[in-house]
Amino acid sequence: MKFTLGWLKDHLETEASLAKIVETLIRIGLEVDKVEDPGSKLDPFITAQVTDVQKHPDADRLKICKVDTGSEQVQVVCGAPNARVGMIGVFAPAGSWIPGLDFKLKAAEIRGVKSNGMLVSEREMELSDNHEGIIELPEETIIGKPFASILGIDDPIIDIELTPNRPDCTGVRGIARDLAAAGLGRLKPSINSEPIEGTYDSPFSWSITSDDNACSYVVGRHFKGITNRPSPKWLQNRLNAIGLRPISALVDITNYIAIDLGRPLHVFDSNKLNNKTLTMRRAKSKEPFFALIDKHYKLDESKTVIGDGDKVAALAGVMGGMDSSCLPETTEVFLEVALFDPVQVATTGRAMQIESDARYRFERGVDPQSAEWGAEAAAHMILNICGGEASKKVSAGSPLDASRLIELRPDRVKTLGGIEVAIEEQIEILEKLGFSINKGTKILVSPPTWRPDIHGEADLVEEITRIIGFEKIIPISLAREQALPSVTISPRQKRYGIARRTLAAEGLEETVTWSFMGSQHADIFGGVDESLYLSNPISSDLDVLRPSIIPNLVLAAGRNMDRGLQNFGLFELGPAYQDATPEGQLLVATGIRQGNIENRNWSNSSREVDAIDAKGDALATLEAAEAPIKSLKIVTNDIPEYYHPGRSASFRLGNNILAWFGELHPSVLQKLDISSPLVGFEVFLDRIPIKKKRKTARPPLKLSPLQAVYRDLAFIFDEDYAADNMIAIALSVDDDLIENVRLFDVYTGKGIEKGKKSLAIEVMLQPRKETLTEEQIDDIIQKIVLAITNKTGGVLRS
Amino acid sequence: MTPSDLTELESSLLAEIAAADSLEKLEAVRVSVLGRKGKITEQMKGLSSLEPSARKTLGQILNQIKDRLTKAIKTQQISLEATELKNRISGETSDVTLPPRPRKIGHIHPISQVMEECVEIFGEMGFLVAEGPDIEDDFHNFTALNIPPEHPARQMHDTFYLPENDEGSRLVLRTHTSPVQIRTMENNSPPIRIIAPGRTYRSDSDATHTPMFHQVEALVIDETTHMGHLKGCIIDFCRAFFGIPDLPVRFRPSHFPFTEPSMEVDIGCIRADGELKIGNFGEGADNWLEIMGSGMVHPKVLEYGGIDSNKYQGFAFGMGIDRLAMLKYGIPDLRTFFDTDLRWLSHYGFVPLGVPSMIRGL
Repeated sequence: MKFTLGWLKDHLETEASLAKIVETLIRIGLEVDKVEDPGSKLDPFITAQVTDVQKHPDADRLKICKVDTGSEQVQVVCGAPNARVGMIGVFAPAGSWIPGLDFKLKAAEIRGVKSNGMLVSEREMELSDNHEGIIELPEETIIGKPFASILGIDDPIIDIELTPNRPDCTGVRGIARDLAAAGLGRLKPSINSEPIEGTYDSPFSWSITSDDNACSYVVGRHFKGITNRPSPKWLQNRLNAIGLRPISALVDITNYIAIDLGRPLHVFDSNKLNNKTLTMRRAKSKEPFFALIDKHYKLDESKTVIGDGDKVAALAGVMGGMDSSCLPETTEVFLEVALFDPVQVATTGRAMQIESDARYRFERGVDPQSAEWGAEAAAHMILNICGGEASKKVSAGSPLDASRLIELRPDRVKTLGGIEVAIEEQIEILEKLGFSINKGTKILVSPPTWRPDIHGEADLVEEITRIIGFEKIIPISLAREQALPSVTISPRQKRYGIARRTLAAEGLEETVTWSFMGSQHADIFGGVDESLYLSNPISSDLDVLRPSIIPNLVLAAGRNMDRGLQNFGLFELGPAYQDATPEGQLLVATGIRQGNIENRNWSNSSREVDAIDAKGDALATLEAAEAPIKSLKIVTNDIPEYYHPGRSASFRLGNNILAWFGELHPSVLQKLDISSPLVGFEVFLDRIPIKKKRKTARPPLKLSPLQAVYRDLAFIFDEDYAADNMIAIALSVDDDLIENVRLFDVYTGKGIEKGKKSLAIEVMLQPRKETLTEEQIDDIIQKIVLAITNKTGGVLRS
Repeated sequence: MTPSDLTELESSLLAEIAAADSLEKLEAVRVSVLGRKGKITEQMKGLSSLEPSARKTLGQILNQIKDRLTKAIKTQQISLEATELKNRISGETSDVTLPPRPRKIGHIHPISQVMEECVEIFGEMGFLVAEGPDIEDDFHNFTALNIPPEHPARQMHDTFYLPENDEGSRLVLRTHTSPVQIRTMENNSPPIRIIAPGRTYRSDSDATHTPMFHQVEALVIDETTHMGHLKGCIIDFCRAFFGIPDLPVRFRPSHFPFTEPSMEVDIGCIRADGELKIGNFGEGADNWLEIMGSGMVHPKVLEYGGIDSNKYQGFAFGMGIDRLAMLKYGIPDLRTFFDTDLRWLSHYGFVPLGVPSMIRGL
């Protein structure tokens, strides 16, 4: 919503400065987006009269002019052919910035003659390309006046970002009313509101079809004998200032009233109407409409139109039609001042993607009483500017009654708004805003017709507090119920945090990727539930909710590899979706690794990452999230197909899958143009059981005073034998004595038969009561060897 | 031997010890003096053949000589060992300018860090962290928040919709964290004091908007909380979060369907040389940056949440976590948050042990 300071002062009597007005607008909730003062760059330029012209003694084409600026006589050397005694031009004093020349004018001597400024051309003022001579102003121009005022651009423009609840401030008058209530002056009485008795009966009339269309009430009025000349200068200046192009008096008047009073109007050239009755009705299916903006539309039954018989003369509340538009030759018009349903106008405007000043106002809800006073205001302006006669008014329908009474408890501003305001002051503020107050045993407030946004007591508290000023409300820090804060996050949320920081500590970079992905990629990963397709994706590569985070990380890995980066790990702790239910959203800690475990370095300690690195990441996450590590089982036949079938597994707790890890399937990577192998893992944090009661005490630490004994054993197995199994067998031989079994070597190659491998373990025996004898040690080692060879078919390596 | 012979022997042995210039030679001297057949040992053995008085006198002298020789050998040994060590390490060097072997450490994304910072601050004020699903129903995302069906926010160009289900209703991706307010009210009785950080979605993608972003929501419901508390809570938060104790905070009336009265919150800043700085730049530095929307919970919203609006009241506010991170940590471009550029992640990320804490600093 744009308006000028001068325009505001038509309605507001105030001494306040522009800065004060802007500050107050912001303070009361009318957010000022921008203030422009287009005249400010023309500030130094004033009108001046040439009082004397002499030839320059040393230059044929130059003249020495004496210029009267109203306050002094200045000597100027000038080359313009049209400079002559008596003419009024535009004077730029020394020191001013000349926009068209892009320099700062200095007092100078030109061929020995002093020159203290210049008389400027239109090009020098950036008004046109004309440089034939200096600007000549009409004889009656007063000298010493700012040139900006002559151009009509000396009026600062204020642009307000209007919230949708304030239809009243779609008119300058509403803004003035708010400022007056805030103590910034006095709201002037409205002009152009005196009823005008028509001189004849309107030859045109209204009807509203009972098809539940958007129109509840419409007023009309006919004008004849009018001249649709260009609008007067003041009106054109106002419209130009706010970015509206002046067209003709009739069009300009309707635009002006929309901005001035927030009342959209339309005038039809009545000679172009086919019928004597215009009808508010729903459009027919595929009914054509040729809009004023020179565009053709096809309508449907959801839209309301103003019908001229079978033709559509206007789209209700949005835009007039081209066929009945007013042109310079128009002499008779029929005025439309209607009330349209805000929701229907908004829906239509949105569907047809038409922005208009009418829609902007109707969709916020115009004052129901404006149908009457709008017809008067229009009549005043049309008769004043275009002459002619106005008919009596005609109407159809009736305005909806939206009157309501709201109780205001005197202490409510204190208890909700947090500020003490005397009830008299509360009432005064409301009255200045146009509310009527009925002060009996209860205070009952009736909002003005132009405030459809006010419904309850909280709204009244807002009105009072915003006018008082939110800055006057004293801030109070929130007090806690007890001295120390209680635990803010749940055990589950705590786990997320620890898992996240564990993974970062493991060397993976945390990332945040879209919760969406492309269905074409999802298909490579086994597809998604149809309930997870977006109806309106922003692009086809973000059209489904992700069933797993792995695809996004794989693509991210690809982007990083394209940047030349290698040997990295990425993880994300975020949602993955199985279906659209709240339970279908899982929080998954997901990560990938690429390349080598370390960057190249002089110690040659690096190697390629493999599935076991992903296993390590998964285990670290599970451990951080308090999963019962010792009870987890590795299962290799229940993993998604985007993992390498031979190099992946899940961690299970009973039947519950807690994690997947492994190498990603080469064919999946190939389809995504990823040239390097990747390993990855997914840990389903929410599936890890949460202990009900948290014990803080740890089990006692039992340290044996006796030295532990270590023995190494190596066995030969088939190559596909699972090492984990052998360790479990070894441990089970004697729970008490065998403290640990560590796998320290996996070997294939020279000395080992093809298809076989050697696994070597270090057994740690921890005596508790007395030192072990050699015989006891041999005995237990023998038992381990027997158990392993008997149960696995492995052979002790000699 | 007479005592004077013994003194002479001692002198010659001490000279031998002093002359031993290696540990091996010293050991040979030790054996020749104190060994089983050593010169002093032999003398000791000889004592037994003497008469008691002479044995006693000579014995005492011999013992003293043995002690002194032993000490001399020890002293010489320490000195020789020191020399030997010195000689050995004089040839040992490492190139200490070599880079250390790589130790890889990842980083925490700024969004996670800022979320935790928010939890820290609001936790101190007695808030609990609440959650809700990303896929919401129309009721929780719109209706219960007093957003009518025709509201522009409900249009396809703002909200992501999922396919229509069998009952003809459509789920949405939550457009704000505000539905968590409703879910919290449905499942809890006042007093309520929660924050809800999380992912949010809007069908918008340009230089300053991403289709997914993050918000943190706050909700306080009890019988007495008013706008003064709202102001106090937000001012306390802003100053703690930015670490600027005198940060100016401005409250402007605004409009949201779910609050009444509603206000937008601005903080002080200056813009200079294309850079934005948050802070207090003195009287008259009238430059403000909007950071959140807030207000007193609309009575209709309370009722939708199953809370008696005649008895209870409170406030709510919501702000963009990504934006907070950009402002606090000087990250210029929102889109880069979701780009997974490793160089960005390690530059703007946080070390894993740097857990935000109110008492240790945010």
